[in-house]
Amino acid sequence: MATVEKATVSPVTIGGTRGGPDQPTVRKDRWWLQPVVTATVLTSFVVYATWAAFVNKDYYVGATEHRDLISPFYSPCLAGSCVPGSHPHIVLSQWMISPAILILIVPLGFRLTCYYYRRAYYRSFWLSPPNCAVADAHGSYSGETRFPLILQNVHRWFFYLGLILNVILTIDAVVSYNQPGIGIGVTVGSLVLTVNAVLLWCYSLSCHSCRHLCGGQVRSFAKHPIRYRLWKFVTPLNAHHMNFAWASLVFVALTDLYVRLVASGTITDFRLF
Amino acid sequence: MTTEPAALASEPETATAPVADTTDSTVTLQVWRGDPDGGAFAEYSLPANEGEVVLDVVHRLQAGPAPDLACRWNCKAGKCGSCSAEINGRPRLMCMTRVDELPPGPITVAPMRTFPIIRDLVTDVSFNFAMAKLVPAFSPPPPPAEGYRMQQIDVERGQEFRKCIECFMCQDVCHVIRDHEENKPAYAGPRFFIRIAELEMHPLDTNDRRDLVRQQMGLGMCNITKCCTEVCPEHIKITDNAIIPMKERVVDADFDPVGWLGRKILRRSKTSPTETAAISAYPGPSPSAPAG
Ligand code: SF4
Ligand code: SF4
Ligand code: FES
Ligand code: FES
Repeated sequence: MATVEKATVSPVTIGGTRGGPDQPTVRKDRWWLQPVVTATVLTSFVVYATWAAFVNKDYYVGATEHRDLISPFYSPCLAGSCVPGSHPHIVLSQWMISPAILILIVPLGFRLTCYYYRRAYYRSFWLSPPNCAVADAHGSYSGETRFPLILQNVHRWFFYLGLILNVILTIDAVVSYNQPGIGIGVTVGSLVLTVNAVLLWCYSLSCHSCRHLCGGQVRSFAKHPIRYRLWKFVTPLNAHHMNFAWASLVFVALTDLYVRLVASGTITDFRLF
Repeated sequence: MTTEPAALASEPETATAPVADTTDSTVTLQVWRGDPDGGAFAEYSLPANEGEVVLDVVHRLQAGPAPDLACRWNCKAGKCGSCSAEINGRPRLMCMTRVDELPPGPITVAPMRTFPIIRDLVTDVSFNFAMAKLVPAFSPPPPPAEGYRMQQIDVERGQEFRKCIECFMCQDVCHVIRDHEENKPAYAGPRFFIRIAELEMHPLDTNDRRDLVRQQMGLGMCNITKCCTEVCPEHIKITDNAIIPMKERVVDADFDPVGWLGRKILRRSKTSPTETAAISAYPGPSPSAPAG
């Protein structure tokens, strides 16, 4: 029997013939369901949001209806084409195309570069890989090392811009409790705007860049007690980032739809008290 | 709606009605038999025993119909990381996968796909040891007179990563090398990203490994699709707690225009004064030839 002294070092080979069947996957469960559902929900959202951004009407319910409700897709309304009363006052008076196009760049960039959505669309649209232990649909692969995917690294800049937008949508929710001509009160619309703002805050605060910038960045927690506290606060939120991503995505579309239905006169915004 | 649609969450591969009493039934295993010259699944049926794990059945095959079946195992307790295989197409530990939790029907057991086969269920995992050499060791400063001190919160931070049992299933499932053999020389893989993250989060370490992890270890190749996290038997949150934090550190170093401008104005380097930029002296393994 060989002793330790006599043993020779075996050479390291990293390539070689692989074992197992040469087929894309051996999985027999419904591994395709997850990418199909993700792709369906994301596509539906994109179709709805594109339509809602381009119709350029029915996004604001104003004083004539004794309400102050604005769709999150159109707030802040910065274009010359904004309907009167929708806040703030005109900023880019030359911009006559839909004001939503100006604003939606921020949430679009934020969500496109989000670590969770990256996972979702790399799997469901790019099929790289469609699911775990199911072969990548592409012959070559360079990940996020080259243009354009190296641009995913700008995520934290969209995070900062997204925070500004969250503040504005929060203000929208607060002012919606004031019904012009009636006074302060609670309507279904003001609750919808509030839930929307809360979900967007949850989504932003649970962001991985946020967690890093709060405290994840430091080498020693003990030397940065305040950043450690912040990190401790956002870490449990971060664990639910996926849930917040879906909830806020669906709810922001529903909020737009609600305001749209009220603005077009299809339904009335019920005043609770 | 507050959660992802149920169907989006990955489906646990459990049978809808677990077999209550398996004593009269049989268990059928399709085991990969082969070597570098080729192979195929061979089917074996044995009487089922209650509460068995896949490794038990493999052992009964070795004791009965297939005495020459090759497989690696040591602890039978999910702690040594030897018995990794692909059960029904998914990387799992054979000793921790109960037969009665799998859907009815034949169970396929194949070797890990990403590594070269030696025989049957045994693969050559040296790729991982070659990559381990790329990681510069922990390098604390000279000890102060009163000795090193570390606070509990800093100690706890790295504990999760130390749970790794080196089963290499995360490496196996990672599509960067599973589906693209040519990426192997330039990609260290999730197991070593957690090692790097652990060292980067260590208050006493003085190496700055951000350039290394980006340029030599292929961090940018990972597209955070999280399969490593899904298969890890130690439930290490590889992607959320190691890979994404490392990607964010690389952004700090190389992709943050405000940070860059600040450093230019203050004439600082991106590595802090107490750290040294670490680039591995080891060139990395070569793709085909034995590498050392
Ligand atoms: S998250 Fe990254 S390291 Fe993990 S399996 Fe996916 S690509 Fe590989
Ligand atoms: S990180 Fe998890 S899956 Fe990867 S080698 Fe360690 S224990 Fe195994
Ligand atoms: S918003 Fe998802 S990671 Fe930042
Ligand atoms: S035999 Fe040790 S992990 Fe399975």
